[in-house]
Amino acid sequence: MNEQQQTLWDFMRQQSDKLATQTLEHIGLTFISLFLAVLVGLPLGILIARKRKLSGSVLGIAGVLQTIPSIALLGFMIPLLGIGPKPAIVALLLYALLPIIRNTYTGITGVDASVKEAATAMGMSKLQILFKVELPLAMPVILAGIRTATVITVGVATLASYIAAGGLGEFIFGGISLNNTNMILAGAIPAALLAIIFDFLLSLVQKLNFKKVKRAAYALPVIIVLLACFYFIPSAYGSKLTAGFTPEFMGRQDGNLGLQSKYHLKIHTIVISDAVMYKAAFEKQLDVISGYSTDGRLKAYNLVVLKDDKNIFPPYFAAPIVREDALKKFPGLEKTLNLLSGKINDTVMTELNYRTDYLHESPEKVAKDFLVSKNLWRPERGGTDGIVRIGSKIFGEQYILANMYSMLIKGYTDYDVATKTGLGGTKICFDALTNNQIDFYPEYTGTGLLVILQPSQQIINSVEGSKEKTYNYDKQEFEKRYQVKWLMPIGFNNAYALMMRQKQATALNVKSITDLKNYLDKK
Amino acid sequence: MIKVEHLSKHFGNVKAVDDISFNVNEHENLILLGTSGCGKTTTLKMLNRLIEPTHGKIYINNKNILEQQPEILRRGIGYVLQNNGLFPHYTVGENIAIVPQLLKWDKKQTEHRMSELLEKLHLSKDYLNVYPNKLSGGQQQRVGLARALVADPPVLLMDEPFGALDNVTKAKIHAEFKALDELKKKTIIMVTHDVQEAFELGDRICLMDAGKIVQQGTPAELLFKPKNKFVSDFLQEQRLQLEFRSVLLGDIKQEISGFDENETVWSVMEKLKSNGDRSAEFERLMSAFYQYKQHQAHE
Repeated sequence: MNEQQQTLWDFMRQQSDKLATQTLEHIGLTFISLFLAVLVGLPLGILIARKRKLSGSVLGIAGVLQTIPSIALLGFMIPLLGIGPKPAIVALLLYALLPIIRNTYTGITGVDASVKEAATAMGMSKLQILFKVELPLAMPVILAGIRTATVITVGVATLASYIAAGGLGEFIFGGISLNNTNMILAGAIPAALLAIIFDFLLSLVQKLNFKKVKRAAYALPVIIVLLACFYFIPSAYGSKLTAGFTPEFMGRQDGNLGLQSKYHLKIHTIVISDAVMYKAAFEKQLDVISGYSTDGRLKAYNLVVLKDDKNIFPPYFAAPIVREDALKKFPGLEKTLNLLSGKINDTVMTELNYRTDYLHESPEKVAKDFLVSKNLWRPERGGTDGIVRIGSKIFGEQYILANMYSMLIKGYTDYDVATKTGLGGTKICFDALTNNQIDFYPEYTGTGLLVILQPSQQIINSVEGSKEKTYNYDKQEFEKRYQVKWLMPIGFNNAYALMMRQKQATALNVKSITDLKNYLDKK
Repeated sequence: MIKVEHLSKHFGNVKAVDDISFNVNEHENLILLGTSGCGKTTTLKMLNRLIEPTHGKIYINNKNILEQQPEILRRGIGYVLQNNGLFPHYTVGENIAIVPQLLKWDKKQTEHRMSELLEKLHLSKDYLNVYPNKLSGGQQQRVGLARALVADPPVLLMDEPFGALDNVTKAKIHAEFKALDELKKKTIIMVTHDVQEAFELGDRICLMDAGKIVQQGTPAELLFKPKNKFVSDFLQEQRLQLEFRSVLLGDIKQEISGFDENETVWSVMEKLKSNGDRSAEFERLMSAFYQYKQHQAHE
C-alpha cells in the first residue's frame, strides 16, 4: 500500500504548473488587496490624524471588520459582488485595513510636535509638511502596519479559493476535502513561506535609514503594483455574456485556447474553480461555463451542453482497462465487464452522478438500482476462485462504475472482488495497474491519449477529432507498451463541454458553440 | 517695524492673551518675559500666525499680516524653538536649506550663504552631512539658529531658544549671541522665563502676567521704576546682580581707564576684581553705583 503513496515532493513536481499558478495568484491577490488597502487606509489614517474626532469611529469600524470571521465575511460578499476575485479582494482589503489605518494614525500623531511646528513656521504648506515631514518620519511605523497587513492577507487569501478567486487555498481546501495530505501541504507550505518571505523583505525595508526610507516610500507602491500584476485579471471583451472557466480549462488547447483559435469565440471570461462554477451559472452570475458533460450538477441546475460542432474537445469515452495477464488469470472477466458496454449514455450517467453528487445517495445503491433496472443484477454467488482487484479514481462517477463492476463480477462469476477506490489522479491509478496492485479500472479515451500516452502533437491532431480513432489508437498503443487491454466502451462521453442555462439557451436559440459565437458576434 | 494693537487670544473661556499692544523698533531686541502660562508664547506665535488671534491687529513693516498668506509671511520671518525642531530625517545641511528651497533659491546661492553662516556660528563644515541626533544640544541650537537666519529675514522670533541648555553652554551661547553681527541687523522678539537672560539680551522687556503686559521698558526702567509690586517682586530675587548687569558705566558717569561707557558695571567689576592693583577704582565704581541707585529711587 505504502509504495503507492507519493511523496509531497512528487506531488509538488507533478502539480508544479498548478502550484506556480496558484502561488502567483496568491501573491497577486495579496498585493492587489494590499495595494488597495494602502490606497484606502493611508488617506484614512492621515484624515483621522488631522481630524482626531473621527479617529474613534473610524478605528472602531475597522476593528469590527477585523473581528468578522473570514469565511463569514467572504459569505457576505457573494450577494453583493458575486463570486471571483472582486469579493475576495474586497474582503482581503477590509482585513488589511485596520493595521494600516491605525499605524498611519499612530505614526503621524507620533511625529514630534516641535518638528511639525518648525516646519509650519518655516512656511511649508500643509501638503509639504505631510510629504516632507510627517510621512517620512511616520514611515517606519506605517511600514510596520503594512507588514502586519501583509501577513494577515497572505493567510486570509487562502480562503479566496472558496469564492473562485484562486490562490493556494485551492490546494489546501481541495486537499482537505479529498483527504490528501500532500495536497494540503503543497498549498500550506508555500503559503507559510510567502508570509515569512514578505514579512522578512518588509522588515528590511523598514530597517533602511531615514534617507533611504524617503526613496523606499516611492518605490513601495510601484513594487506592490508589480506584484499585483501577477494576478491574472481576465480582460473584458465587453461581450453580452460572461463565461466562467476553470484555470485548467483556460490554459488547454482542448479548452479555452481551442475555443479562441477554432471557433474565434470572444467572450468575457473569468477564472473560477469548478466547485462553485455550476452554482454560479445557475444563479446567473455566469452564462457559459466549462463543465464535464456527465456531471450530476448539469441536471441539478438545469444546464444544457452546447454541441461541439467543430470537435475541439477530444472524446473522453469511458472503458475498463485491464492488464492482459489478469485477463488470462480470470478467463470470465472480459465477458462480464463487457456486460456494461453501451448501456450508459451521457444522460444516464449524468442522472447517476446527480444522485450521488447532489442527492448524496451512496454509489453502491445507485449502482444496484441501475443494474436492477437494466435486468443485469444478479445475487452474489460467493465465489472463491480468486480475487479481482478493482481500482477507481477519486470521484463519484468512478465509484459508481467500480461498484457496478464489483456487483457484476460477484453475480456472474465465481471470483471474489477487492476494491481499491479513491486512487488519486490518473498517474496513481495507472501505476497501480501496471505494478500489479489492481487488475483493472475505468479509464477515459482522452485521458489515455493525453495523460498516459502523450504522443506527438501531430498524432493527437490526427486522432483527436474522432471517437473511434482515439479509442483504436489507445487500444493499440496500450497493448504494445503496457500489455493493458481496453475493453469495450461503456457508452458515455465525459468530456469537456460548454454549458448554459437551459432557459437562456432556448431563449437565445443557442444549440452549439457556433450558435453561441454567432450570437456574440451579432451587435 | 512691528506694531501690535489690542491683540487678544481666547481659548474657550480662557483669555490667554488679553488686549495687549506694543511696538518693536527696527533692530531692537524685545523680550517677552513672564512665568509659564502668562501668554508670552501665545503672543509670539500670533506674530507668524502659528496661532490666529481672536481680536486685534499686527503690522510688520506697516503691512497687516492677517491679510497675507501665512506660508509666504512665515518664509520672511525666522523662527527658533526651544527644542530646536530640527528634522531628524534631514542632514544639517538639508535642515538649513529648507527655507531657501521653499524660496527657490539656486543651489550656489544657498551653498554660499550656508558656508558664510556656519563660519559665523562656529560650526564646522563637516557637520553639513551629519544628522542632527549626532550633535550636542548647543550645536543643535546653533543649527536651529542658522536655519532661521539663512534666508536673512528682517524679523526673528525666538521661543525660549536657550531653555533646554545647561548653564555653562547657555552662558557661552549668550556671549556668542551678543557678538553675532547677523543679529544686530535683525528685529528680534524673544520669549523667556529666565530673568537673567532677559536682562542680558534684551534692549527692552515686556513683563507679562495673566495675558496682560504688566510693564514694558528697558531693563533699567523695570528695575528702578517698577510700575507695581508685581514687577518689583518678580525681579526681587536676583535684584542686585540684575542691577549690576543693567547699569552701564555711562549711566553712573564714571570714567575708568580701559573701559568704554557701554560696558555694564557687572563686567567692569569682574575685570577689576581680579586685579589687586586697581582696588581703588573698584571702590570708586561701587560708591558711584550706589549713588546712582539712590538717585533713581528718589527721582
